[in-house]
Amino acid sequence: MSLHDFAVGLFAISVDVALVLLGLAFLFTVIRIMVGPTLPDRVLGLDMLTSVAIGFIAVIGIDTGFTLYVDIAIALGLVGFLATVAFARFIQARGKTEEERFEALPFRDPQSRHVEPLEEGKTK
Amino acid sequence: MIADLVLIVSALMMLAGAAFAAIAALGILRLPDLYTRMHSASKAGSVGSGMLLIALALTADSTPVALRALAAVAFFLLTAPLSAHLLAKASYAVGYQLWPRSVLDEMPPVQPTTEASQTPHPTVPADRNGGQS
Repeated sequence: MSLHDFAVGLFAISVDVALVLLGLAFLFTVIRIMVGPTLPDRVLGLDMLTSVAIGFIAVIGIDTGFTLYVDIAIALGLVGFLATVAFARFIQARGKTEEERFEALPFRDPQSRHVEPLEEGKTK
Repeated sequence: MIADLVLIVSALMMLAGAAFAAIAALGILRLPDLYTRMHSASKAGSVGSGMLLIALALTADSTPVALRALAAVAFFLLTAPLSAHLLAKASYAVGYQLWPRSVLDEMPPVQPTTEASQTPHPTVPADRNGGQS
């Protein structure tokens, strides 16, 4: 078995193994996004999804020689970065966590459907 | 000969990158709180996709494709720490707690920014509030 045969065989096997591992990574991240208890967990999962998608694009480009999608990978990295920055900004501006007490939220008893009107001049 | 060696190196980097990505995702799934999950995702995740892109650059037929893959690696390594740091800082400032069995929190307590008017903002015109207060 020559070096060339070994290289080609290892390459074919490692493409398959890499695709399986990336699929597992995608599955784990999707599970975290679904069960993730808080909003930053889901934002983190979204960030991880873009990086796993970039990895998929790279492996598909290696396997098929179809490297047109590398540009898409660069654009995906840019969009993922901007989305994470915007979500972090949103989390900071929202200013509350999911663990806060129910009474602390700015609405009253949800059993009573009555909604008091806002007082004039107090809030805007 | 050299082509075979490059192929072997590319195959090994592909295996290692995919393993890094899978371990990062396993860390996201298994670690206890947001900050440890973020530690797993931002470090191992960026190394994983970076190694896959370097493997693509090694096996690419033409130079522009290889250079584009390397540019994507550089861009990714530049932006991943920024976004992770920003997300962690925002989550900590708002009040997401560490895991209860964490042993050390060296970050000083941050004043939570509960309203949009308290977030750092360039100077707002005076009549933006409708003349009140």
